[in-house]
Amino acid sequence: MAGFKLPFLATAALSGALFGSGLYVSQMVDPLKVLRFLDVTAIPAGGWDPSLAFVIVPAIAVMFIAIRIGKRRQAPLFGTKFHEPASKAIDGPLIGGAALFGLGWGMSGICPGPAISLIAFMPDNLWIFLLTMAIGSWAGSWVMPRFATTKAVMP
Amino acid sequence: MDSFTPLTAALGGTLIGLAAALLWLGNGRIAGIAGIFGNLLPASRNALWRLVFLICLVLGAFAVSRLLPGLGGDDPIRLVEAPASWGIPTPVWLAAAGLLTGLGTRIGNGCTSGHGVCGLARLSLRSLVAVAVFFGVAILTVTVTGIV
Repeated sequence: MAGFKLPFLATAALSGALFGSGLYVSQMVDPLKVLRFLDVTAIPAGGWDPSLAFVIVPAIAVMFIAIRIGKRRQAPLFGTKFHEPASKAIDGPLIGGAALFGLGWGMSGICPGPAISLIAFMPDNLWIFLLTMAIGSWAGSWVMPRFATTKAVMP
Repeated sequence: MDSFTPLTAALGGTLIGLAAALLWLGNGRIAGIAGIFGNLLPASRNALWRLVFLICLVLGAFAVSRLLPGLGGDDPIRLVEAPASWGIPTPVWLAAAGLLTGLGTRIGNGCTSGHGVCGLARLSLRSLVAVAVFFGVAILTVTVTGIV
């Protein structure tokens, strides 16, 4: 593992920078832009902003191709294996968690990627959102026994 | 207000897709920001690359905003204010939203990037259900709060 540490970290850095650039260029970092997409009640009046659909479709398309390429390889270039999400279960935690997240997203117009990218612009109250998001995530890992068993390092 | 921006949206989406593709083919990791952020907290063995990724996420957004000012929309970018008629202070409103976002993405194991971009690209039914639920609830929330 130590042998390919630097390329591994450089890839993470480049990926993060590309991701942050994309969030800015697409205006996903602008909470009002996101809310204008979620506000479908504006459709009849013609005030709806469908831009964000134009963000997620090419993003999925590019990643879809990458997944297909990955299927023909044993391992990623700089890692030991492809970390496929193990769970396929459509269960209470998935639906309940997604519903809680949807509520938070609809209240604020910010999901985790934009929330962290916004550190670049320091809007008022951002730290409140980031701090409570961290607390929420920690609380979630404590609530979910599945996570608690793998991350049982308490301070 | 005519704010439809399909070209920059598609360009930004392509960049996000390339970022996710690079992390997958290079490191075998899913570019789910909630997961990368959440697994940073109980400092695990794999915390370093997550930290590097998140720092560069901020730097990438910052650099492009300097190179191409105004492209990212309203300048300066503001967070929302609590709906005026609800009598809730904005910091409390945002604290609740942050808590729900952190808790929900952890319990539901993904956010807009993890389930939305990566999960749908993997043709995961689990992610499709998650995306339908969080988009549905978010749309309903915006309708009820009238926050736009």
